[in-house]
Amino acid sequence: MHKVTILPEEVKKIAKLANLKLQPVEVNLFAEQFTQTVDIINQLNEVDTSAVAATYQITGLVNVTREDIVDTARVLPQTVALSGAKLTSNGFFVVPRIIDTEETESVI
Amino acid sequence: MKQLHELTISEVHVGYLNKDFTCVDLVKHLLNRIKKYNPKLNVFLALNENVLKQAEAIDKEIAEKGIDRELLGIPMAIKDNFLTVGISTTASSNILKGFMPQYESSVTSKLLTAGAIFIGKTNMDSFAHGSSTETSDFGPTHNPWNPEKLPGGSSGGSAAAISAQFVTVALGSETAGSIRQPAAWCGVTGFKPTYGRAGRYGCIAMASSTDSPGPIARTVADTALIANVISGQDPFDATTSPTPVGDYPSFLNKKDLKGIKIGLVKEYLMTSMSDEVKKLILEAADKFKELGATVEEISLMNPKYAIGVYTVVQRSEVSSNLARFDGIRFGHTRDSFGEETKRRIMLGTYTLSSGYYDAYYKKAQAVRTKMIISLLKFLNLMMLLSAQFPLARHFRLALPKTNPCLVRWKMFSLSRVPSPD
Repeated sequence: MHKVTILPEEVKKIAKLANLKLQPVEVNLFAEQFTQTVDIINQLNEVDTSAVAATYQITGLVNVTREDIVDTARVLPQTVALSGAKLTSNGFFVVPRIIDTEETESVI
Repeated sequence: MKQLHELTISEVHVGYLNKDFTCVDLVKHLLNRIKKYNPKLNVFLALNENVLKQAEAIDKEIAEKGIDRELLGIPMAIKDNFLTVGISTTASSNILKGFMPQYESSVTSKLLTAGAIFIGKTNMDSFAHGSSTETSDFGPTHNPWNPEKLPGGSSGGSAAAISAQFVTVALGSETAGSIRQPAAWCGVTGFKPTYGRAGRYGCIAMASSTDSPGPIARTVADTALIANVISGQDPFDATTSPTPVGDYPSFLNKKDLKGIKIGLVKEYLMTSMSDEVKKLILEAADKFKELGATVEEISLMNPKYAIGVYTVVQRSEVSSNLARFDGIRFGHTRDSFGEETKRRIMLGTYTLSSGYYDAYYKKAQAVRTKMIISLLKFLNLMMLLSAQFPLARHFRLALPKTNPCLVRWKMFSLSRVPSPD
């Protein structure tokens, strides 16, 4: 497989997808480092996997469910649930606006 | 006679029953030791402010009822990625600086029910992203044997807490070497249980398909006792195994290794390995033979592929797990992530993103299947398989390090123990 080069523009796009703000120096650093890392990852192409399925988990467990009954041991009281929040209003978390903003297009 | 900070679990209990010392005595002794040496080693990020009150209650319980809980009055250090009510929890990241958990993690909850007393929370690589504690936003931990050297990681603080004799036993967690490697570097015993054996609920997630809580202690016997307490199906973690838990300490009564087959993996005696390490592995194999085991050389898939598989799987899971850190319900804004965390989130975002998912994520999971197949033909025949650890003395602070063998075992999710005793 040909060498993959990650460009600074791609790093900026990934940062946006990951909701991270990078310094210009980090953009260049990560572009260089990701190119090296992808090189190592691409060694996996030496392995023929045409006859095997992917392993997404190794527990062998299937559809682990429980009775649909409220279990108070799993529930936090409202005051406790809100105790780590910077902004609350009438017992709710206050979240930043995500529609009709400059960033709207990228979020959608 | 041993000093208080040198005791094992059973020795602490004998001391309590003989009234040689109380839990308050032991805790005060350890706190003094921590006060004296912790500033140099940076093992603890937070101490339990209520510890003396809790020790008094334990002394009262022992006076009234004796010792009827398996870890009653046993002082523990807890890795800072386990949520502990009343003790701040940060996963060594600024994004959680000052965070007070809303609930107790499953394993610490089990330890408290068994009577353990938490001394404090230990330093680690930030979000467990590393193998040295150097990515901690609160500075690295120093190896108690030589403060110029690294303790290993990510559970470096917990391993150093045992090595510096700050506590009797400690809790760590492992994704790819994070218990075994710091235990080896600090000269103590660590046990990485099979994935799904101990619940992950309340353990701040790094890679959900591989994270495994496990003990670090002075002796194999103590790790076995802790493993007994933390293991078992967890109603709060659907990936825990329903298979009944055996009694770990009962496996320690064997006098020899007759009937045990050990695989010595050819590919792990790599050319890049130092002669000193290779010699130690072969000496260990001879020792096993002396004890009655048969040692067979076997061949597995090249461990170099484990690095690629692990890099993709782990980064992908990191990007997904850390997406929820938005500073809305808890913690601070995403600007507070350190450089290594940002790097991992972004690489995972990339490998999972549209157009790259098949080439990277799916490919890695398929190679993982090939690795499992290469191992399975031996696993039914053999009880133990060998792998190597790099020597701690090679690693000063601020040098790079990777070890494909440690990573490889992780992708099988099997259990392993490095131990000096």
